[in-house]
Amino acid sequence: MANKVLMKGNEAIAEAAIRAGCRHYFGYPITPQTEIAAYMAKRMPKIDGTFLQAESEIAAINMVYGAAAAGVRAMTSSSSPGIALKSEGISYLAGSDLPAVVVNIQRGGPGLGGIQPSQADYFQATKGGGHGDFHLVVLAPNGVQEMYDMTSLAFDIADKYRVTSMLLSDGILGQMMEAVDLDAARTSECVAKPWALTGTKGERAPNIINSLYMNPEDLERTNLDRFARYAQIEQNETRFEQYLTDDAEVIVVAYGAPARIAKNAIAKVRAQGVKAGLIRPITLWPFPKAILAELASRKQTKALVCVELSMGQMIEDVELATRCAKPVLLCARTGGMVPTPEEIVTKILQAERGA
Amino acid sequence: MARITIFAGHYGSGKTTLAVNFAVALRRSHANVALCDMDIVNPYFRTADHANLLEAAGVQLIGSPYANTNVEMPWIPAEAQRIVDDKSLRAVIDLGGDDTGALALGRFAPQLIDQAEMLLVVNPCRPLTRGVRDLTEMRFGIENAAGLAFAGIVNNTNLGAETTAQTITAHLPLVREAARAMRLPIIRTAVWKNLSDQITLTEQDGQTLLVERYHHKDVWAID
Repeated sequence: MANKVLMKGNEAIAEAAIRAGCRHYFGYPITPQTEIAAYMAKRMPKIDGTFLQAESEIAAINMVYGAAAAGVRAMTSSSSPGIALKSEGISYLAGSDLPAVVVNIQRGGPGLGGIQPSQADYFQATKGGGHGDFHLVVLAPNGVQEMYDMTSLAFDIADKYRVTSMLLSDGILGQMMEAVDLDAARTSECVAKPWALTGTKGERAPNIINSLYMNPEDLERTNLDRFARYAQIEQNETRFEQYLTDDAEVIVVAYGAPARIAKNAIAKVRAQGVKAGLIRPITLWPFPKAILAELASRKQTKALVCVELSMGQMIEDVELATRCAKPVLLCARTGGMVPTPEEIVTKILQAERGA
Repeated sequence: MARITIFAGHYGSGKTTLAVNFAVALRRSHANVALCDMDIVNPYFRTADHANLLEAAGVQLIGSPYANTNVEMPWIPAEAQRIVDDKSLRAVIDLGGDDTGALALGRFAPQLIDQAEMLLVVNPCRPLTRGVRDLTEMRFGIENAAGLAFAGIVNNTNLGAETTAQTITAHLPLVREAARAMRLPIIRTAVWKNLSDQITLTEQDGQTLLVERYHHKDVWAID
């Protein structure tokens, strides 16, 4: 029998991080992600790891900075308002080319908002999440097994390209329970970190981790180097799922939990003879632009429907990727509310009729 | 059987599902049945999700008015006192949230001690309660916080939607071993109705608790 356990999404992230070699977790509680911290609090002391509940989100992200600079795998997690607090630290991680993993289990906003699920931090995650010229690699799982696997992937990508990865999920996925096959899970690959602050032992020149540059020429060169790595990431790491798109006349675009609801909606319209398919971005940055451009330019494609738990954020990337070759309709809920399959069905039918 | 049955255990062990099913089954033989949601920890997936079902079955729901809202209050309704006071009531308590959550029960413990039976819900498919050691740790944590001792175990082995008869059967020896090690009897073993004819339980597994109504179908569940 497979080595299966029943896990909450939040627990899967925590366990996967530990199995990927993360022994340094710094956090501060906030619903709906607190199980990550609770799990780390239970497990880390038993494996000689460090769990530290910081005095604030800002302290936690700066502890991640320190640990990452020392070359270890470090993680923090929070939910929407907590990620906003961490934004300064995230920018410093990017400016210092430090690999780390930040988890955002989104809740309704803006402001204190609410504790129910949301995707309203799409802009925050993909367009910045801090000041300056940088990107986070943003991974968006849509099930507990995938949360497990993506956590390991997030660490690998972070180390390989010296960037910070964000796992962007929502309260539904964080709280829901599904079976996870621990044996079938992805194995993490570690790389050497010769740049890390591990002590020279008098045998090498000191390494320097820093995000302050005394002259603009150096800063520009550093930023250009970083963007050359971003270009590699766009080329190598763009991920998406394609579902029933071959004959589709309406392309639904959705990520995370709404993509699951969209699949149920697609089954319903197909039963009525309406050909709909789904593109599910798995990486939100880099965004799967090429496949969307290709599908939108097909003659058979009538329109696209963007489903999101936000008031039209990802839709901007869909419109850009497709250069508005076809109409893009928005199916949005906000504030912690989740669309029913029927609401998505209505939008798909509207898209199909060209209304 | 005690007048009050308390389901306690690790979060995600299935307490809410069992409490709902148990209360609905009790209602067939008792006129006055109440289910009390005493979960001060979990934000989602609460007894309140089953409010309509409980109402239709004639089970009174004593719960936080703030369950499933944005008001994250560790709230025990004043009405919970009725469970202790109303001796005609057959009550079921869904005690959420590990040892932290069990603290909520401590306030009632002195009055519950001679009329309640607290059951340890065990799901060995959960990551932090897969072995005897972890289960023992959980057991003492909850007993200390709640101020009550467990009367026995409810074996609720399951992998959510992926549960098969094999899932339950394969874990029977582990649960029996844990019960022996903790010197607690297995009072019930939960079996989903659709699997009941595929599973053979012995005397040591206790009575069968048939799970008929599982978690409501979520819109994000893949068909």
